[in-house]
Amino acid sequence: MSFSIMLQHLVNGISLGSLYALLAIGYTMVYGILRLINFAHGDVFMLGTYIAFYAMTSFMLPWWASFLIAIILTCIFGIILEKCAYRPLRNSPRISVMISAIGASFLIENLAIVIFGGRPKAFPIEPIFSKILNIGGVSIVSVSLIIPVITAIALCLLNYIVNHTKVGMAMRAVSKDYEAARLMGIDVNSIIAFTFGTGSALAAIGGIMWGLKYPQLIPLMGLMPGLKCFIAAVVGGIGNIRGAVIGGFILGLGEIMIVALSPALSGYRDAFAFVLLIIILLVKPSGLMGQNTVEKV
Amino acid sequence: MLKIRDLNVHYGGIHALKGINIDVPENKIVTLIGANGAGKSTTLRSTIGLVKSSSGKIIYNDKDITNRKTKDIVSDGLVMVPEGRRVFPNLTVEENLILGAYIRKDKNAVKKDMKWVYELFPRLKERIWQKAGTMSGGEQQMLAVGRALMTKPKLLMMDEPSLGLAPLIVKEIFEIISEIHKEGVTILLIEQNAKAALEVAHYGYVLETGSIVLEGKGMELLNNDEVQKAYLGE
Repeated sequence: MSFSIMLQHLVNGISLGSLYALLAIGYTMVYGILRLINFAHGDVFMLGTYIAFYAMTSFMLPWWASFLIAIILTCIFGIILEKCAYRPLRNSPRISVMISAIGASFLIENLAIVIFGGRPKAFPIEPIFSKILNIGGVSIVSVSLIIPVITAIALCLLNYIVNHTKVGMAMRAVSKDYEAARLMGIDVNSIIAFTFGTGSALAAIGGIMWGLKYPQLIPLMGLMPGLKCFIAAVVGGIGNIRGAVIGGFILGLGEIMIVALSPALSGYRDAFAFVLLIIILLVKPSGLMGQNTVEKV
Repeated sequence: MLKIRDLNVHYGGIHALKGINIDVPENKIVTLIGANGAGKSTTLRSTIGLVKSSSGKIIYNDKDITNRKTKDIVSDGLVMVPEGRRVFPNLTVEENLILGAYIRKDKNAVKKDMKWVYELFPRLKERIWQKAGTMSGGEQQMLAVGRALMTKPKLLMMDEPSLGLAPLIVKEIFEIISEIHKEGVTILLIEQNAKAALEVAHYGYVLETGSIVLEGKGMELLNNDEVQKAYLGE
């Protein structure tokens, strides 16, 4: 394999890893604060993509406005989802909340089939995202470069919110001790809502860029990425944001590289995530960055 | 300042508080002593809205705060240091203190109070950047008290601040309690260490299985035969 092809695979892997990372953060943040796997997260991701699609095709909005609206609406949807499916069960056993999460996932998927239709839709792609760039003999589609850049910006912003703002501090406090947080006058419910909103906005960003890279939309498109990013979050150590990013990149790069290095294995591409999950659960069940107290679902 | 009237609390099937009456006058230290499971913590927890009461009234500064949201009670200056310290282990000392002032908007006053807390607890100042979870029990207790002070309490409720600490640290904590009181903060103190508590308190209540069985001035209770037998082991 030539160096330039290798480089191309690397860029592809990094951009896929970026998408996984964005989605994995949502799982890990919600788990960190509610000890809940939000099984509907992949569907939130799907919804973000569809909203952007309809904004561009039905409402004829410019692509940037459509993306912005999709991010905002998905963020609001995440907050509503929490309020309807999870908040009423705040003091119930965790198994009930998990069942509610699975139910919410099925509901969103099937509603999407009813409303959007089951037939695949083509995500419209602006020329600036499909330009072929030639960098030192390596030809790269511009979207493959844009994705990591946008991801990096989103991650920096998230890092700033979590580590340097009061609401971020409150998030970290709530993730450790609801009651003590309440004693500080922190409204735990609004912090949880904020967490869902942030995770959903990141999922929308991921979903839109996913649409630009793989422009075929179906209502079940969130299923596989959702599962894989859940795995990425577990691999990184669930509850740990940095871990989720690392897990996402390992998964994205791993998938692309397996196909690149051994094309015969390309049929097993999706299996890579699950093999990785089995290995990590055997070797380091708490994940790469996780503490030892992590519980298994 | 705080009046608890005929307060009843049920936990599942257990009648944890059976109609207790407590008065905490302004600028006083009042203590609540009693054995494990007598209902001391429940009293504080229902006062601050963490536990719902089934009947009775809690009046704070002439305002009925029974079963109100913790957030609203805390913003009125009724603050609690929970049992077992409960500092946020994953946050630094400074972040813990900043969260103590979460509801406050007066930035300059917050800065001043932060300075005051660091003066009260010089050891916290040395550990500004340390994660709270890596500190010793005594240091965590100091942080828990400091964090509560950052909320600018008018009435500070403390749940067993001496629990599990070395005697020397316990002494230090009680000195701090007196100092906080001198700054004009009213204190409601729960203690198993009845002697130390009654020595600093102006008034005390003895709680036994959900009822108040004895009350009186701190020194009177300290010299009371029943109290000595039951709680001071003499």
